[in-house]
Amino acid sequence: MDPIKASLLKKSRAAKSETRGKLLSLFCISLIVFIVLAIFYFVASKGLATFFHDKVNLGRFLTQSSWNPSLKDSHGRPEVGALPMILGSFGVTFLAALLATPFAIGAGIFMTEISPKRGEKILQPVMELLVGIPSVVYGFIGLSVIVPAVRTVFGGSGFGILAGTCVLFVMILPTVTSMTVDALKSVPRYYREASLALGATRWQTTWKVVLRAATPGILTGVVFGMARAFGEALAVQMVIGNAALLPHNLITPASTLTSVLTMGIGNTVMGSLANNALWSLALLLLLMSLMFNLLVRLIGRKGAISR
Amino acid sequence: MADYDLTKTHIKQFSETKHEIALSTENLNVYYGDKQAMFDASLQFERYRITALIGASGSGKSTYLRSLNRMNDNIANTRVTGKIMYRDVDINSDEVDVYKMREHIGMVFQRPNPFAKSIYDNITFALKQHGQKDKKYLDEIVETSLKQAALWDQVKDSLGKSALALSGGQQQRLCIARAIAMKPDILLMDEPASALDPISTNTVEETLIRLKEKFTIVIVTHNMQQAARISDYTAFFHSGHALEFDETRKIFTRPKIKAAEDYVSGHFG
Amino acid sequence: MDAKKWDKIATGVLTAIAGFIVLLLASLLGYILVRGLPHVTWGFLTKPSQTFTKGGGIGIQLFNSFYLLLLSMIISVPLSIGAGIYLAEYAPKNWVTNVIRTAIEVLSSLPSVVVGLFGFLVFVIQFKFGFSILAGALVLTVFNLPLLTRNVEDALKSIHFTQREAGLALGLSRYETVKHVIIPEALPNIITGMILGAGRVFGEAAALIYTAGQSAPVLDFTNWNPANISSPLNPMRPAETLAVHIWKINSEGIMPDASAVSAGASAVLIIAVLLFNWLARVIGKHVYRKMTAS
Repeated sequence: MDPIKASLLKKSRAAKSETRGKLLSLFCISLIVFIVLAIFYFVASKGLATFFHDKVNLGRFLTQSSWNPSLKDSHGRPEVGALPMILGSFGVTFLAALLATPFAIGAGIFMTEISPKRGEKILQPVMELLVGIPSVVYGFIGLSVIVPAVRTVFGGSGFGILAGTCVLFVMILPTVTSMTVDALKSVPRYYREASLALGATRWQTTWKVVLRAATPGILTGVVFGMARAFGEALAVQMVIGNAALLPHNLITPASTLTSVLTMGIGNTVMGSLANNALWSLALLLLLMSLMFNLLVRLIGRKGAISR
Repeated sequence: MADYDLTKTHIKQFSETKHEIALSTENLNVYYGDKQAMFDASLQFERYRITALIGASGSGKSTYLRSLNRMNDNIANTRVTGKIMYRDVDINSDEVDVYKMREHIGMVFQRPNPFAKSIYDNITFALKQHGQKDKKYLDEIVETSLKQAALWDQVKDSLGKSALALSGGQQQRLCIARAIAMKPDILLMDEPASALDPISTNTVEETLIRLKEKFTIVIVTHNMQQAARISDYTAFFHSGHALEFDETRKIFTRPKIKAAEDYVSGHFG
Repeated sequence: MDAKKWDKIATGVLTAIAGFIVLLLASLLGYILVRGLPHVTWGFLTKPSQTFTKGGGIGIQLFNSFYLLLLSMIISVPLSIGAGIYLAEYAPKNWVTNVIRTAIEVLSSLPSVVVGLFGFLVFVIQFKFGFSILAGALVLTVFNLPLLTRNVEDALKSIHFTQREAGLALGLSRYETVKHVIIPEALPNIITGMILGAGRVFGEAAALIYTAGQSAPVLDFTNWNPANISSPLNPMRPAETLAVHIWKINSEGIMPDASAVSAGASAVLIIAVLLFNWLARVIGKHVYRKMTAS
């Protein structure tokens, strides 16, 4: 038989290498998916134990305001009201986003509409550096600059939601800005040209045409920033004061889901109610992170339709 | 472009005693998803001859060529049915090792696509992967294939240089050298000169004419003068059908099919 | 006239915002460097830390940070390359691939403290690794994998399809082609992404508090036997990193010079991160030049 003909019908070295490579890469990707599933499984099984094993009422968990897992109230129910932390987390997140969004849009417009050259040369690297600064360094600066400043201006200890907001504002600013820039850049040029040709000024064009068209993209950036703020642990924990109390104003010590977690998980015994309750907070964090993800997708879909 | 009768064809059949057939297809159909791009193409390619595939863009000539060494396998949703006979084996079947097959049926593409490696490594890389370790043999094959591709004199002192530093025409000849270094039976060429300037095109054409002493060549071209200059046989494609196949001389002087006649006389294309 | 006036005002305000942000970064960096650099001496960089007295250094934490980074990169680089190859080369267009992509997206947006707690539960407790470098390295791997994978995928996809066809037409498998042709060509981008990822990991603390631990036992730098408990190479010892150290002394530090130590440590951390950023650019460019030049 023709040796070439014979070799055609045999599995070649290349075919074997292809099978091996495919399996290898499939293994790697499966491992990542497996890890994600494992994270959900473990955090959920621990976090749900509070409700199924320790029989805490979910409604009370979300709405009660006294957090003292090792104590019981007059009815013999454990004091696991997570409301202070939930409010604290949402408070710093929304305030930081509220503060960062105008700055991000302003910087974004500057970088795309007013001075693209300086934007690329100066602001772009500035944003990259701001993202690169580790969160503990932000925390340290917050602790040694912002907290004393708040103390001097408003009195009190200086720790609290205001300080946390200030730190988070700087931390999410680059995230929101860079996504705003992407959104503005993706607005087609003829939008601007059409508006300018009609005699509108640059500002009118930007405000009435470009910003409107870029709104879904900017919103996505804001949600990404909020997700980052909501999940940030150490920088916030260092400046918020860590008192599990309902926040009455912005300058008294408060706490967030992440700050209670970082402080508490090492000081409670595995399997105890106090520990399980903390895992419930972690589960809440996980679910919120999913929510933010979902929100980004929804905005993306809406934006795609309206275009 | 007028509507042509796609059922009327004129396909030359070789007598197997007088001509050696290197490669042939029987009722080759190609589907991209739901869309059929090639209809029952049955052609034969004689050994040590150049066969040109001509036709307007969208006629299916490239689709057909890319099916011959199953490059369409890598495009999602593509399905090829029918037989591709090579050495008495239907290579369009799952039992055939597609990688081994491509060692014997090489391909040169429209755009030069050298690897970002040295000139020497471009030629030897695949051979090394296939297990060839003999340094002397590799040196020899680099020299002979570069000579066959008419590139040796220009690069012999800079074999270590990056292939990306070469000009477009040189890159394409390097790709030809890379393909023939595998010592294939058959060379498939997908408009190899379409991205090149006239002088480089000329060099490539001369190279091809010399190469047919050793290889069977099937070449897709949209340049009719090129087909007339270099090919022995020509197949004319239209709307996914191979309508006419004959000696090049006959196709260009007395085409039998109306569409082919209109195409070679420049009425569309 | 009114519109023109508004145009001018808006331009002024926007320029002021841009200026403010630049100033913000400058003052952040300035503050850290001015306050921190005076403390950064050779002794500070090499001495072990002190708990109750002043004059402690960050030697062990610095070593721990680099060792942890190295271990986690050893695990995550090959994994992310494999996963990136799958997504760029093999993933079919169907719902399974969509699920995979969603999973990676979700993982990349998880708060690092949640990833850290997962590591604590699984590596520290279930696998009984204890607070250890190994647990820390694994958790940093989880933390870093989604970004590295996406980086590899993007880098591979940026190489033109004709390069893959070139390899396939020579009888090479897709995998061989990717391994020997596509990855080398994508290397500048892959390396840049890896170094940026390394910088991110270097400054991470929240994921490490409950995995690599918050203590830095004294190391014997003459003992390089990884099995020995005081050896710097021992992967099973607890290892507080530089970033964790900064957090630790600021939230519960009791040494008298806590703020000086954290300023110095912050300066070192920032410089390290800047260095990573700079290296990512320089090395990426260098590799690119080396590949394309003669």
